[in-house]
Amino acid sequence: MGEIDFCNPKYYTNRELSWILFDHRVLCEARDKNIPLFERLKFLSISASNLDEFFMIRVASLKDMVNAGYEKKDIAGMTPSEQLAAIDAAIHELVDLQYSTWNRSLIPQLKKNGLHVIDRHEELTEEEGAFLDKYFEENVYPVLTPMAVDSSRPFPLVRNKTLNIAALVHKKNQEELEFATVQVPSVLDRIVQLPTEGKAKKVIFLEEIIERNMHKLFLNYDIVCAYPFRIMRNADLSIEEDEAADLLKEIEKQLKKRQWGEAIRLEVEEGMDKKLLKILEKELHLEKQNLYRIPGPLDLTVLMKLYGLEGFEHLKTPKHVPQQVPELPQGCSIFDEIRKGDILLHHPYQTFEPVVDFIRQAARDPEVLAIKQTLYRVSGNSPIISALAQAAENGKQVTVLVELKARFDEEHNIVWAKMLEKAGCHVIYGLVGLKTHSKITLVVRREEDGIRRYVHLGTGNYNDATAKLYTDIGLFTCGEAVGQDATAVFNMLSGYSEPLVWNKLSVAPLWLKDKFLYLIDREKKNALGGHPARIVAKMNSLCDRDIIAALYEASAAGVKIDLIVRGICCLRTGIKGVSENITVRSIVGNFLEHSRIFYFENDENYEIYCGSADWMPRNLERRVEILFPVDRPKLKEELLHILQSQLKDNVKASVLQEDGTYTKVDKRGKSLFQSQETFCQEALKKARAAVPEEVHVTRTFIPEVHQ
Amino acid sequence: MSVKTFAAIDVGSYETVMKLFEFSGKNSMREIDCISRRLDLGTETYSHGKIGNEKTDELCRTLKEFRKIMNAYRVDAFRACGTSAVRETENFTIIQDQIAQRTGISLEVLSNMEQRFLDYKSVASRGESFRRIIEEKTAILDIGGGSIQLSLFDNDTLVSTQNLRLGVLRIQDYLNRFDVSHFKMENFIDEMVMAQLGNYKKLYLKDREIRNLIVIDEYISPWAVKRTGGNPDKAFLDRETFGNILRQMREGNPVQLAGSMGIPEEKVPLMFISAILTNRVAELMGAGQIWVPGVTLCDGIAYEYAEKNKMFKGEHDFEKDILACAMNTSKRFMGSTKRSETLENISTTIFDSMKKVHGLGKRELLYLRLAAILHDCGKYISMVNIGETSYNIITATEIIGLSHLERAIVANVVRFNHSRFTYYGREDGVRGLDRESYMTVAKLTAILRLAGGLDRSHKQKMKGLRAALKDNQLVLTVDTAVDITLEKGFFEEKGEFFQEVFSVEPVLKLKKT
Repeated sequence: MGEIDFCNPKYYTNRELSWILFDHRVLCEARDKNIPLFERLKFLSISASNLDEFFMIRVASLKDMVNAGYEKKDIAGMTPSEQLAAIDAAIHELVDLQYSTWNRSLIPQLKKNGLHVIDRHEELTEEEGAFLDKYFEENVYPVLTPMAVDSSRPFPLVRNKTLNIAALVHKKNQEELEFATVQVPSVLDRIVQLPTEGKAKKVIFLEEIIERNMHKLFLNYDIVCAYPFRIMRNADLSIEEDEAADLLKEIEKQLKKRQWGEAIRLEVEEGMDKKLLKILEKELHLEKQNLYRIPGPLDLTVLMKLYGLEGFEHLKTPKHVPQQVPELPQGCSIFDEIRKGDILLHHPYQTFEPVVDFIRQAARDPEVLAIKQTLYRVSGNSPIISALAQAAENGKQVTVLVELKARFDEEHNIVWAKMLEKAGCHVIYGLVGLKTHSKITLVVRREEDGIRRYVHLGTGNYNDATAKLYTDIGLFTCGEAVGQDATAVFNMLSGYSEPLVWNKLSVAPLWLKDKFLYLIDREKKNALGGHPARIVAKMNSLCDRDIIAALYEASAAGVKIDLIVRGICCLRTGIKGVSENITVRSIVGNFLEHSRIFYFENDENYEIYCGSADWMPRNLERRVEILFPVDRPKLKEELLHILQSQLKDNVKASVLQEDGTYTKVDKRGKSLFQSQETFCQEALKKARAAVPEEVHVTRTFIPEVHQ
Repeated sequence: MSVKTFAAIDVGSYETVMKLFEFSGKNSMREIDCISRRLDLGTETYSHGKIGNEKTDELCRTLKEFRKIMNAYRVDAFRACGTSAVRETENFTIIQDQIAQRTGISLEVLSNMEQRFLDYKSVASRGESFRRIIEEKTAILDIGGGSIQLSLFDNDTLVSTQNLRLGVLRIQDYLNRFDVSHFKMENFIDEMVMAQLGNYKKLYLKDREIRNLIVIDEYISPWAVKRTGGNPDKAFLDRETFGNILRQMREGNPVQLAGSMGIPEEKVPLMFISAILTNRVAELMGAGQIWVPGVTLCDGIAYEYAEKNKMFKGEHDFEKDILACAMNTSKRFMGSTKRSETLENISTTIFDSMKKVHGLGKRELLYLRLAAILHDCGKYISMVNIGETSYNIITATEIIGLSHLERAIVANVVRFNHSRFTYYGREDGVRGLDRESYMTVAKLTAILRLAGGLDRSHKQKMKGLRAALKDNQLVLTVDTAVDITLEKGFFEEKGEFFQEVFSVEPVLKLKKT
């Protein structure tokens, strides 16, 4: 048998195409009739916002590459222009499916369930029209800025991702057509409810109301036609860090520039007037394939707002309330509890509150000397930020690494980074050339027998809002070994040299990839030696060539590999001699699968790790990431249970097929098993079991009797 | 038991390091943090003799940050020491002042001996592992940026130590200056090193056979300890393994080596130099086993702090090393062991009986004993000018564990034992000493002179000497049958100075039988 080249591009899938498949899976949820109707709206909205982000980052950077004449082939052997051609076709298909879902399935269903979405203002009754016209004059008109274009006024700046209405107008009594545009104001709700009698509700989109009243904006003109449109610009921030002396300023500058990036997508309402379209195409320098004619409302992310409408609770999945962690009852001293042993948290099934409390208590505790934390994406009005500021004011040494390069959060991050600095925290604004993606908190406490370090490690961001939606793992420990490593991590982040040795943690970009390759290789050797060998890995994306090649090699050696990859997966399954022993499944459910858990059989002495990194080159090579082992047998079992449950899931899981497509698990003859739901129930049960039985109080006194 | 936190700062030639330690209970020393920043001061010092502004700024910035970290840990005490790069800088006092002004840290400059002693202490801080290894014939090779230090053990006692200017950064500087290519490098270093090492062998090592070589450095150590998963007690390498590593370094390119050895790329050439040096020394001594305990100056600083504050009691007797070194030196210059012993005994007896009057402590007794041991080393050079020649020999001899000041005290005591005492403030007076040390010199000289008078004949007649302080008299009673007329005569003469210093009259009596 000839040697197999595991790096051969034919064994790999292009990451962009794989991403589109992921968005398809999200869209599939919107098409699933077994899911409550309003949840389906939510999934459709998510698929739309995903696509927006994809355009701004991925499509944009591919365009940059093509423009720069960069011809390097990707993991699957495609040049940037080949990739662009392939994804253009795939995206058009995806968008078609989004709107057919909306038009054919969701609108009729909504109507049936008492929510009438009027998608054209022409369908309004006279009374409704009058109501909306009044609404327009009172609420909308004052915030509009109509702009006309003629020889003396240049084409206006149309802002990225905003919804606009373009119109062709001509001066009264003149023939010559002019272009006019007005932005649909984002400060107003895009969904406007109409007065109705009875239970049923009627809504209309704001742009329809404006369109209907266009003539009031251009008084001396006649409106020939008016249509909504939306553009997407190249938003990939490329910061020349070496040249940027002050990173903070540089990002502020780039943020302003983002408005002006090249237009890479134009969405217009289907049936837009040809002349009008031509003007837009010309002024925006748009290429044909980047035009999307939309049969319905533009920007479906608005459906999240529709989801929020009151009165349809029966059409939504009941909200899961994150449960108490039994080891950390309310009001406990978190430090005392951690000293009893490591504690694992599983969000959002379990509450994120202890993590916030950890920092709050540290801020107040007179024995705490220092708090150090990495922050990537933080919620608005974050309780963590205020606790950190409080700690600094209480005289603790607070070091916070704020990652300014967290995409789309930059602006947000600058604001509170400045706030922390004001409070007296030592703020590190990221590292040159690297993004800090690791999630780690270190609390140094002075105790009777000396310094003790408490560490929280996680797979998710320190964001109390997303912790209710993303599935993540967190670990509290005060083990000496991890404490030393955590100290070393922060020393490195502060610009000091690396430690002599790492006890437990593996840190990217320097050591993590090697660690993974070592672990995979060890399984391979075990398999070759006739020992049990198995890998189960759960992550968001898998697209690192070295890792995939190592997995192929391991699979070829007989290692059984089960991967749970929510998003992009460049690995292909079922290739003879290469990946027959590998399965890949993706779980798309109510919560966003976000935890990264890695299981290695290690000859019946299994090891299990959690971390912040996906198996992507960017995670392993260009980011600071941390992988941590979970050692305590009880906690290992819990993690193993999570993996096993996900492998058992036959409702929300799709399995990657040999042909590169994903299909839902065949459920025939099997009882249904939904991992996320199971975790909810388990968390509930655990929390209940932990609450002590109430002391029974009676109204009769029982006298003690001398015996 | 309260816990004490201590910070040790080492401003080295290659990096600036701060280690934080915690002491709790008996003999418990725990490193709680180690922060280091690559800051190459050595290159500038060794080539230009000065540290430039840019580096000074960087050093101040780093020390300021260290200060903050210390505050966060609420350290009880700290000590910051600079080594050869700082020591050899011409503008040192200026830099020292800048650091003090800008960071509030007073940076102490260690003399080579002090530095090596701390390094030595850091090895000794390994406790049991150290004790076991020095049971066999052992040498320590302490590789610094500017020089290397070779120390030899005889039966668990350190007996000699020599400094050779063959530091890693210094060699690197030569390599750069002469533009030596990678494949010629080893040869070049060999030629440079072997000339000095050859002399060393001829003069000091002689036929001594060494089994174990302990290596202290900043280059091989991190890697060697890392290899064992961070356990310094296991960081042993046999010659064969070491040879293999050297071969790897000879053949590999820096990028690959950095990757495969897990060390920063810029450290690779320095590690190579350090490895070549180690290999040559091991070869020269015939050492079969190399121990790289990965200890650093910071460990030594902390060890010393803990020892001084009685939070830590090391097993090793460093005074014994110092005395052994002195005896070794005396032997080299044909000193009489017997006479030395007698002098040492008599002076100790006098010292002990005079405690109330002189107010000196244990450390000063050590100076006295050293002075007794070395009292006549100069006669090897001149029979007439023994005071001056002895003084010169002592001040040029490295005795590990003795600071420059202490060494000067000893040298002056020996000098005035033979020459006329010159008073403080006089020209050519007590060289390089402050008032307090001068008084120590005066007192010890008085005692040594008196003791010398008692053994004028060099016939060790004063066995069974007893001393007792009565009012203003120091009564020395001798139990001997031999004639002591000579001694009595000199005793009175030598007693004058004694009386001047202590206002106590020494009286010699023969025990009545």
